[in-house]
Amino acid sequence: MTTIDEIRRMAGAIPDPEMPALTIADLGILRDVRIDPSGHVDVDITPTYTGCPALDSIRDDVERCVRDHGYPDVTVRIVLSPAWTTAWMSEAGRIKLREYGIAPPRQQHFDLRPLTIAVECPLCNSSRTHEMAHFGSTQCQAVRQCDACGETFPHFKEH
Amino acid sequence: MTLVVAGAAAVYTLRIADDCLVLSHRLAQWSSWAPTLEDDVALTNIALDLLGQARVMYARTAELDGTGRSEDDYAFMRDEREFVNCLLVEQENGDFATTIVRQLLCSTYQLAQWQALTSSTDEQVAAIAGKAVKESAYHRDHATDWTLRLGDGTEESHRRMGSALAALWPFTAELFESDAVTRDAAGLGIGPDPDALRPAWDAYIKRALSDATLTVPETTWRPTGGRQGLHTEPFGYMLAEMQHLHRSFPGVTW
Repeated sequence: MTTIDEIRRMAGAIPDPEMPALTIADLGILRDVRIDPSGHVDVDITPTYTGCPALDSIRDDVERCVRDHGYPDVTVRIVLSPAWTTAWMSEAGRIKLREYGIAPPRQQHFDLRPLTIAVECPLCNSSRTHEMAHFGSTQCQAVRQCDACGETFPHFKEH
Repeated sequence: MTLVVAGAAAVYTLRIADDCLVLSHRLAQWSSWAPTLEDDVALTNIALDLLGQARVMYARTAELDGTGRSEDDYAFMRDEREFVNCLLVEQENGDFATTIVRQLLCSTYQLAQWQALTSSTDEQVAAIAGKAVKESAYHRDHATDWTLRLGDGTEESHRRMGSALAALWPFTAELFESDAVTRDAAGLGIGPDPDALRPAWDAYIKRALSDATLTVPETTWRPTGGRQGLHTEPFGYMLAEMQHLHRSFPGVTW
């Protein structure tokens, strides 16, 4: 394994502070890793939301992780462009999210009109669900209710 | 406050940052006071989005004005006269209807502004706008839902929405004012001259109000001055509360 893949794997395995079942690679927060001939490591991360309060702690975690693995010269940059979308979330991430009890964002083509696919209840898998509240316990979640089992559940917002 | 042409780009981004910060703080004041738990969460989430937008715009402003000031310097170390937010965002929360009307008017404006800023010649601003546009669209949806529910609701909710609209409408004129700063920024391709945002804003607001059985108030009063640092009375009190901790305990962290 090359150095850069190794750093990407280590940094990518860092859990998200608000949804620790998922890694920052699963969420698509880890964007790029570069290393120059002098051994300086640059890591780019991107926020899911502009005001995401977890971002500072993710940045510290990445910095510490890379340093602890033998690369003391590291800079973690926060990049905004291209803007993060739920399309950046990996398939593994979607599965873990559902297992964690959060309905994953639906796969969608952003050139088409969204919201045609049902959001499935992560508890009973019914596709008869409705939105209860636009906003949930974190910036990236909304709250839905299942019409079949009656449970409420968080839904990772699509954008 | 004298605005120098050389700093037009920085003043332009500072105005946007101040709008976001002040509105964010107003919404945060709803924390634990909203009529339902869902809306307590919604209003504070919107506040958090706006705080994030303010932070990145302050960071960009510091690069443009060359002062190297921190986000905290802009938020906590300036006095009232140095803030260049519009008057609408600083108006008090009032009842829930007042906050919803302010949200409808502000988020519709901010969405149009971020949409235009996605094609800014300033790459950093364009990148920020690319994210913010999605957040503001969500804020506008929230405000529109409540406008419909309350406007076309009970007699009492309709009356309150009407009063809120009458109180806040005069402050919307300022949103679309052009001056040397906006004209220079537009000339440099940094962002739109505000009057270019008017048609889209008008069209959306008129449709939303009409769907909600509300009417656009007729008024000739057009308060202005926020962009020059001249604010309404409630703003000083808000700022005092917002800045007190940082100023009383310099360098405090938690």
